[in-house]
Amino acid sequence: MTELLELENVHARYGPVQALHDVSLTVGEGEVVAVLGANGAGKTTTLRAISGTVSRGGLLQLGGSNLRGGPEAAARAGIAHVPEGRGTFVELTVDENLRLGAYTRRDRQVRHDIGRIAEYFPWMVDRGAQRAGTLSGGEQQMLALGRALMSRPRLLLLDEPSLGLAPLIVREFFRIVRELNENEGLTVLLVEQDARIALSISSRAYVLEVGRVALSGKSDELRDDESVRRSYLGY
Amino acid sequence: MVVASFADFMQQVVSGLAAGGVYASLALALVIIHRSTGVINFAQGEMATVCTYIAWTLTFNHGWSYWPAFAATILFAFVFGVATHRAVIRPVERGSVLRVVIVTIGLLIAINGFVVWQWSGEPQALESPFGTDTLDIGGVIVSAQDVGTIVVTLGIVVLLWLLFQFTKVGLALRAVAVNPDEARLVGVRVTWMLALGWGLAAVLGAVAGMLTAPSVGLDPQMMQPILIYAFAAAVLGGIDSPLGAVVGGLTLGVLLNLIEVYSEFVGTELKLSVALLIILGVLVVKPSGLFGRAEVKRV
Repeated sequence: MTELLELENVHARYGPVQALHDVSLTVGEGEVVAVLGANGAGKTTTLRAISGTVSRGGLLQLGGSNLRGGPEAAARAGIAHVPEGRGTFVELTVDENLRLGAYTRRDRQVRHDIGRIAEYFPWMVDRGAQRAGTLSGGEQQMLALGRALMSRPRLLLLDEPSLGLAPLIVREFFRIVRELNENEGLTVLLVEQDARIALSISSRAYVLEVGRVALSGKSDELRDDESVRRSYLGY
Repeated sequence: MVVASFADFMQQVVSGLAAGGVYASLALALVIIHRSTGVINFAQGEMATVCTYIAWTLTFNHGWSYWPAFAATILFAFVFGVATHRAVIRPVERGSVLRVVIVTIGLLIAINGFVVWQWSGEPQALESPFGTDTLDIGGVIVSAQDVGTIVVTLGIVVLLWLLFQFTKVGLALRAVAVNPDEARLVGVRVTWMLALGWGLAAVLGAVAGMLTAPSVGLDPQMMQPILIYAFAAAVLGGIDSPLGAVVGGLTLGVLLNLIEVYSEFVGTELKLSVALLIILGVLVVKPSGLFGRAEVKRV
């Protein structure tokens, strides 16, 4: 498998606070990789380091070229970051949110892609003119995912998509992510509190502890290792 | 109260709409900047004054006719607005709102000083592009200047609305106003969008200035009362609502004109006080204005 994303000795800080000390990880083309860990372990910061929304150092490469600059540059390089807590423009309509997802694209396939995305989220067709802020939490999370797909990303970063959602909706969300991965070869780096569901959807996982990679391995092996489960994953 | 004929009344309404179109343009400029940057640009009126002087220089010193000068001035206003954001506002933008506001007040004073230094305080006359003719519309006599002002200001407002509503750049501008961090994540170059907003606002101000100058006369203080009316219009409509700014501007224009003409008490001298009373009244009774959404903060 060729590596799409490569992080080596990445560190990041918020002002004087060092949030990531030394994180190295890889994501292969077409792979779903999970990042797990307790609150404050640096999961969100890892994603933010990749998309350039936090000041960072170390080696970060996407498809062999260095990631430089802020989030605008990351978006142009093909990274779609769905941040924690529903990344939608609440005052804009569903349709406008989707079109904004395609902002960096120059081709004329945007309309067509909205139709394609509607195959995964049929309700978006009829509710294109609805303001995103009036959607339910689950629908907003779906819209955030749909918007990310509109950029035809090389790499999708998902930050805690299950946060605050009912279990049924969480399952539906991850079913769609899995389908996208299987049907379209979408590469995903997933940050998740819910280790059980994250390990079930991913092929590999990294466990962070205070800004460092404490452990990594195949998802099914991590899941079956009781000592790992108890000491790191808490279930 | 003076008893008036209907035709006379309608004439005053049209003339109020012309003034209102000017207030609406400048109010819209304030709203565009407030939505994207979160501050009131106190220099908006002075920026319009400089632009109007440019138009006057082109017509008076260089013999241009009004409309070519109008077009060139709009171009200048846009570049001036973008440059102001890049050079003056952007360096302080990350600080507190107060810092930015103080910078815009400083800008107001600096630009005013520049205008007086460059063009002196003497009033100048900018020719009217619409002439001094009057039109008879079903018995209502209106001046061509008033009708032209209404058509041009509303035309510019409609063009801007089309830009914001139906173009990719417009969508990006609105996205930045709603959520700049998110906008960055989808690849919008936010600082350029903010500069673009300043450019568009400066264009609106220039239009307001160039349409006002022929009737009130061009001098360095010309836009100062109009900025107060524009504040009142923006506050009345809701400081974050573009539609509110336009409706507020037109309403205020008509209202103030009717009060000025028909009330024996208010007259020209107290018009400004009425505008300030409206600002105060709206802020006390309904701070979000007619079209604004009440701000809800989670604590």
